[in-house]
Amino acid sequence: MSILIDQSKRVLVQGITGREGMARTKLMREYGTNVVAGVTPGKGGGDVEGVPVYDTIQEAWEKVGTIDIAVLFIPAPIVKPAALEAIAAGIKLLVIVPDRVPIWDVLAISKAAKAANAHFVGPNTLGVLSPDKGVLGMMGGRAASAKAWFYPGPVGVTSRSGGMTSSTAYYLAKAGIGATTMVHVGGDAVVGLPHPEVIKLFQQDSDTKAIVMFGEIGGSQEERVADLVESGEVTKPIIAYIGGKAAKSGTRFSHAGAIIEGGRGTYEGKVDRLRSVGATVVDAFGDLPAATTEVLAKLGL
Amino acid sequence: MARLYEYQGKELLKQFKIPVPQGGVARTADEARQIAEGIPGETMVKAQAWVTGRAGLGGIKKASNPAQAEEAARHMLGMKIQNFTVEQVLVEQRLEIAREFYAGIIIDDAAQQPVILFSSVGGTGIEEIAAAYPDRVARMHVDVGTGLLEFQARNLVRRTGIAGQLQVDLGNLLVSLYSLAQQYDARSAEINPLVQLSDGKLMAADCRVTVDDYGVFRHKDLGIEIAREYDRPPTQLEKIAYKVEANDYRGTFYFIQMAEGFQKGEGYVGFHGAGGGGSMMSMDAIMRQGYKLATFVDTSGNPPASKVYRAAKMVLATGPIDGYFGSGSGVASQEQFHSARGFVKAFLEAKIDVPVVIRLGGNAEDKAIEILEWLNGWVPAPVEGYKKDNPPDYCAGRLHALIQEARRIEPKSLPTRQRAGEPRLYQFSTVTGGTVTYDHSVCAGCESKICVKECVPKILSLNDEGLPVLNISADEAKKGRCSECLACEVDCFFKGAGGGTSVLPILGLDEFLAAVR
Repeated sequence: MSILIDQSKRVLVQGITGREGMARTKLMREYGTNVVAGVTPGKGGGDVEGVPVYDTIQEAWEKVGTIDIAVLFIPAPIVKPAALEAIAAGIKLLVIVPDRVPIWDVLAISKAAKAANAHFVGPNTLGVLSPDKGVLGMMGGRAASAKAWFYPGPVGVTSRSGGMTSSTAYYLAKAGIGATTMVHVGGDAVVGLPHPEVIKLFQQDSDTKAIVMFGEIGGSQEERVADLVESGEVTKPIIAYIGGKAAKSGTRFSHAGAIIEGGRGTYEGKVDRLRSVGATVVDAFGDLPAATTEVLAKLGL
Repeated sequence: MARLYEYQGKELLKQFKIPVPQGGVARTADEARQIAEGIPGETMVKAQAWVTGRAGLGGIKKASNPAQAEEAARHMLGMKIQNFTVEQVLVEQRLEIAREFYAGIIIDDAAQQPVILFSSVGGTGIEEIAAAYPDRVARMHVDVGTGLLEFQARNLVRRTGIAGQLQVDLGNLLVSLYSLAQQYDARSAEINPLVQLSDGKLMAADCRVTVDDYGVFRHKDLGIEIAREYDRPPTQLEKIAYKVEANDYRGTFYFIQMAEGFQKGEGYVGFHGAGGGGSMMSMDAIMRQGYKLATFVDTSGNPPASKVYRAAKMVLATGPIDGYFGSGSGVASQEQFHSARGFVKAFLEAKIDVPVVIRLGGNAEDKAIEILEWLNGWVPAPVEGYKKDNPPDYCAGRLHALIQEARRIEPKSLPTRQRAGEPRLYQFSTVTGGTVTYDHSVCAGCESKICVKECVPKILSLNDEGLPVLNISADEAKKGRCSECLACEVDCFFKGAGGGTSVLPILGLDEFLAAVR
């Protein structure tokens, strides 16, 4: 199994006729994702990579049937109306790729999603990839690269950094460890499926035996993961690396979410908290594969 | 977050009908006196700075008359409070305060909702108040669909022990404060203290608003120059870098200057990351080698070559670095040859004389490394590119080794281009204000015509004379069809006749460099 994406999911691309929309529709289709339709208002009638384009999501749903997932390649200032359209049409999972979506817009999307029992990944996400099954967003860049770099295995990967999602999965793969699904939760402070939510999904996935987490300074996602382990809600072993050790308080290190404020969200705080509940936290990123191998060995894998 | 000064916050409060003390902002002691002359009674002179606890730092002074206000302002203006120099003071009517409260709207990231906080005790930090007087603090998550409803606000105030007309007045004020926060994309909007005067009137004695960086673009009226938070004022280079980013939405360019005034040999490295996570990790790696960062830069999100070029120029402008280290996640989804071309243009122009190690792993890494390493022999220092199978610690180690080695290379001189007759210039503009120029008299002698093959958006073709020209209109190129991939310059330089060049301006950089010299 896997979480969030596999071959059975029917996917719609919003902003399909834009440069990113077109390039990533190609990536997704060639990787095996079932892209059933695309929407760019005003550009309905054509097709991109053989995928029919419609003017509205409702129209797409009427013409092609149920849509499970919408992937958004839309400029940040107009993400909110596009996301609300997807939720209103009945789509239950959104992958919001763009960076710089205003936080109040994200709050509005969050509220609409909760009311409709829908979820979203991102914003500011590279996407989600389940090796040999499907990809949502940009991860891997080209289908040929994604096929070469990633293969299926027992580890779920969750990361706050896009490039590091691919990187983590790649170095694990080189060490003989494949992944069920790789999720970039997004670099922003407010994201639809932060680490704790993704890890809960991995906990329910029978193929995922262990979870590798790339964390960062700022926010409380990693601490909340520790809470889940402590309460017993998550029992699968977690191996983590926290980026930003050298960062100092008050300065944002690129990601909107990577800032230490008022003493909270520090590197030390996260490492200590995770270790206190029994998670493995490596000091150097390069140690992740070896630490994961050790954990899997203890599970008899 | 972009932070507003107290006086700016109070301007917003006024817009939302929340009373503020009579007053005005002054940039000179004379202005301060003039403002005080228009205010009856005593005034408060308050340094405008993004710090807490101004009073204890000499940043808030009472003035009994305009002359004292002038004196207080003279003393405060130019004063350094923590990392900031005070450039403005707020001169306000001194209030007869009977009671203090706290009111604030803050976005709770974990709950994905705004939180409204009210306390019937105000004046110090809300955390201390909440700890000391838990039954006097009330908080509530707000539904962003309905907003803060007036009855919800009244019930919130009631929970802290306030009843009657005061409860109504505070409730209305909280509803207005919420509207302000929502309409101005505030990350937080706090009034502390919110005061009740001896005549019963409510007034905001202080105001602290932070605006979501990603919402700043929809509030030009706020005049926020840089929508990023710093714990000190942005440097000149950071302002220049921000303009580059503001002018080009493709990919991201994040720039922090980490040092200034350093000398060669002091162990400062120009750090140029790619992707927030990969950058932070690579920063750790180069620091483990014992180096200090001159810059923290992140160009990622599939930026065009031109953006990476501009970023590299900014890093080089920071000072006499001992080496240049570029490293991101190592397994980039974007095509890496764009970044490679950006680096090559910048390093060639600068004739970079310190070692360069760039980790360019990911899609098209082979092509990217090949392009990067064309530089070897053309600049006075070695240039090494690495792929995804080379971890950051190894690459940082390579830079260390090269810096220690201090190998001096005699670079080839720039070739004289063969011309067929007088120069014949063919030019077009690009979306960020750049210019691509072909000297067709040079192109006439070119065998490879590599620019046409390598142009990423495929907007070049050979005309009847076999010379490279746009196959779209100049206007389309300028609007963005030319993606500034730099193949027509970089590949042309190394594999063509050298007829193609580009100029990509960086607003303010030349003046900055001239001033430094």
